[in-house]
Amino acid sequence: MKIKIFLVFIIVFFLTVFFVLYKGLQNSNIYTPDTSQKKDIPFFKTKIFYSEKMISSEEIFKNDKFYLLNIWASWCVPCRDEHAFLLNLSDSSDLELIGLNYKDKSENAKKFLRELGDPYDFILSDKDGTISIEWGAYGVPESFLIYNKKVVKKIIGPITSKSFLELKKVIK
Amino acid sequence: MKKISYLIIIIFILSLNLSSAKDDDLQNKITKNLRCLICQGQSIYDSDSDFAISLKFLVKKKLDEGQNEQQIYDYFKDKYGDWILYDPEFNKNTYFLWLLPILMFLIGGAIIFKIFILRKN
Repeated sequence: MKIKIFLVFIIVFFLTVFFVLYKGLQNSNIYTPDTSQKKDIPFFKTKIFYSEKMISSEEIFKNDKFYLLNIWASWCVPCRDEHAFLLNLSDSSDLELIGLNYKDKSENAKKFLRELGDPYDFILSDKDGTISIEWGAYGVPESFLIYNKKVVKKIIGPITSKSFLELKKVIK
Repeated sequence: MKKISYLIIIIFILSLNLSSAKDDDLQNKITKNLRCLICQGQSIYDSDSDFAISLKFLVKKKLDEGQNEQQIYDYFKDKYGDWILYDPEFNKNTYFLWLLPILMFLIGGAIIFKIFILRKN
């Protein structure tokens, strides 16, 4: 009798372990950060791309409207993919597009914009990548939708047609 | 006389090296305890990705500004969450993680105690 209980216990134990590990196999092992929480925008000071002047974050995000901060670089291939969406978004008057040029040579960046068009209302430069870290970014491209000095939405990687529609919905 | 002055210069240079090595040690210790979030299974110290290079630069900058280790960890934790630390802190999200090994040790010990010691008596 005792052995039987023990056997059942062992079988149940191994089945549970098998089930848990099998489930775990299907999980993605790529870390996806929590993007739901609304965080305050960080304070930073950086150079304006087209001039050598410094500007602080308070001066940029002062108005009561939507801002989309897009981190980009001319050497970044997925940035080319999302460029059409950015150009489309730049037509909308409710939204101000701010580019953050990440670890880029300024001639290359200017050439990139001449080639594909310039969707940005305003471009900042981030030569050493530290401003992106202030935002908690992982790399390029990455976009932050900001309203009322809070990050409302965060898109890691290029803007896709799905996230583009979501953005449009939020702005409207 | 000349020999002594040479000796003094050599000692001076060596001491310079030692002081900068100390700074590097702390920087290495911190970057080894930060996870490179876009790599798999690498610390910031090990990785040469753009993300890791920026983080190394920022750690050095913050050390130069005179921040201590804990302040730097807190800064990155605020930006990227607990996951960036290889040595997670003890809080309500991680107490299971920290207590599980102790719990298993105690339960295992209790089983061994029951089987071997009690049976003997």
